Amino acid sequence: MRHSPHLSARRHVLQKAPTGIHGIDEITNGGLPRGRPTLVCGSAGCGKTLLAMEFLIHGALEYAEPGVFIAFEETADELTRNVASLGYDLELMGEQNQLVVETIHVDRSEIEETGEYDLEGLFIRIGFAIDSIGAQRIVLDTIEALFSSFANEAILRAELRRLFRWLKERGVTAIVTAERGNQALTRHGLEEYVADCVILLDHRVDDEISTRRLRMVKYRGSTHGTNEYPFFIGEHGITVLPLTSASLEYEVGDERISTGVAQLDEMLGGPGIIRGSSMLISGTAGSGKTSLIATFVDAACRRGERCLFMSFEESVSQICRNMRSIGIDLVPWIDQGLLRFSTQRPTAYGLELHLMSIIEQVHTFQPRVVVLDPITNFSAVGTTSDVKAMLVRLFDLLKSQDVTLCCTSLTEAGGDAEHTDVGVSSLMDTWILLRNIETHGERNRGLYILKSRGIAHSNQVREMIMTSEGIKLVDVYLGTGMILTGSARLLAEAQAAAELAQAEARSERRARDVERRRRVIAAQIAALEAELAADEALWQEEARQEAIERRISQTLRHSLRQERHSGMHGEIPSSQVRLDSDD
Amino acid sequence: MTNYADSHDPALESATDIMYELRLYVAGQTPRSVAAFANLKAICETHLAGRYRIEIVDLVEQPQLAKRDQILAIPTLVRNLPQPIRKIIGDLSNTERVLVGLDLIPVADHR
Repeated sequence: MRHSPHLSARRHVLQKAPTGIHGIDEITNGGLPRGRPTLVCGSAGCGKTLLAMEFLIHGALEYAEPGVFIAFEETADELTRNVASLGYDLELMGEQNQLVVETIHVDRSEIEETGEYDLEGLFIRIGFAIDSIGAQRIVLDTIEALFSSFANEAILRAELRRLFRWLKERGVTAIVTAERGNQALTRHGLEEYVADCVILLDHRVDDEISTRRLRMVKYRGSTHGTNEYPFFIGEHGITVLPLTSASLEYEVGDERISTGVAQLDEMLGGPGIIRGSSMLISGTAGSGKTSLIATFVDAACRRGERCLFMSFEESVSQICRNMRSIGIDLVPWIDQGLLRFSTQRPTAYGLELHLMSIIEQVHTFQPRVVVLDPITNFSAVGTTSDVKAMLVRLFDLLKSQDVTLCCTSLTEAGGDAEHTDVGVSSLMDTWILLRNIETHGERNRGLYILKSRGIAHSNQVREMIMTSEGIKLVDVYLGTGMILTGSARLLAEAQAAAELAQAEARSERRARDVERRRRVIAAQIAALEAELAADEALWQEEARQEAIERRISQTLRHSLRQERHSGMHGEIPSSQVRLDSDD
Repeated sequence: MTNYADSHDPALESATDIMYELRLYVAGQTPRSVAAFANLKAICETHLAGRYRIEIVDLVEQPQLAKRDQILAIPTLVRNLPQPIRKIIGDLSNTERVLVGLDLIPVADHR
């Protein structure tokens, strides 16, 4: 992609010498022009010497190209001390013939000029230094010092021109440093002699924040980035950040990692979040963002993964102390080298430098988890779009390396909770919202999962409780259309229990009532049935008597009729006697 | 015996028995080197007869020696003795400036 196909004559394409400095090789598509001098200019203190020295150190250590550093201003001791802070040992490199520092000191006051001369002595010294270790790289820092040493500028300029031609003929890749001039790039017009590649370093202060910037003014025969690229001098030297390096092309995995809170993992479908994804925890002040993130970090360290914790608000000792109160001890992880804290005030320097500082630490520490706590503080050093642009690049970079990113975002009290000040929520894979739920004179913490890409996640609100054994999530009390937390939840739960008991008692009493009524009614039924039976018995008796009487009267009428026919009356008293005995 | 008898400078008069150790750095047998040596020889014979010693260092043959006296320009004449060390660059064609450089003419007298 970097090499266009029509560049078929690859052999004739400019050969390049990689600098080994993060970013510069990307901007220059491979490094500085090999075998030619490059001019690095800039004002005092903008990092010229360091850039040049790194060019030599990386060249010697990484590309097996020994180098010579010709120092006109600093002594070898000073240079050795300066780069020792970056972790390089110039003395050792000198012993191993990787890098030679040659100090050239000239004091004009002790020199009298008495006729024609040339700088063959300088050539011989440089040549001797190059030959002594077979150097392929050389730095002249800064050759302008010669202008204050020699009165005859005409001779000097002629000799400089000869020097650069001579260096080219020798085929060494050279860096020549020079001070920035008022009008021209350099104070003494060195760009006139070094025509191939010019790098300008700048150190500006905008809004009280100083930023170093690098620009390729010129690179003959090569494509190169033309922007101003911010750079950063960290504990491992210079890092330049090419703004365009981030892209959306990266592999994603589906490994899941725990958040450290079992109940939260459950809400996230069981195993937790996806490795290499990004998680945002937003919430108002005091909603427990840092505690939740520290739990996550603790869990990662337990798995033996390295974590980089960028804290923009609290100091290391403060965080460690605070987390001990919820039963999380981060100190052992720091001691074991699993956890690295980086505490910086966001206003300490510009956005770009923050980004580069993070990137540099990611490069050197190789963490699996990176924490930014909180990202909202960046709005103090940049506009929302700047902050977002920076974070996008960071997210892309981390994702491309399968690093899990976790950041917190502070929501202003009273603001819309589902809104982050830096507008990054759309970039995040998982968004956990912590909300203070204020009821009944207390604040409690509610936890929601607003989204979690690629994970079936709970839509429930949980109450987050901080105990001395860590963070716990409990179900909130859901009843009568509202959620209750804290003591209100406890109260509501107790009330519910009491109500249940009461209801049970009521129902028992009711059952007893019914039973009693059933028994009463049963008794009444029995009584009525008895009454009915009695009525029936009476009715049958009456019916029998009626039948008897009817029979008697029939008999009587029959006998009367017979008597009328025969005139006899004697049998009537006997039937009367029988009736009486029956009664 | 020498021209210094004419000098009215007491410092120079008292310095007449001081030995001058001079070192001339050249790079190969270039015309400029040859001229510088010739000029130096003449000046020394004139002003320092019998109390000077000249060492010629050819940096083409001994490049490592360039570091010792911080030599950049060629030719360079270094006065090692008497102290302090003085350096004079160029082909030494300007005799007056050579004498100033070697402290043989006080700067104040040289207008």
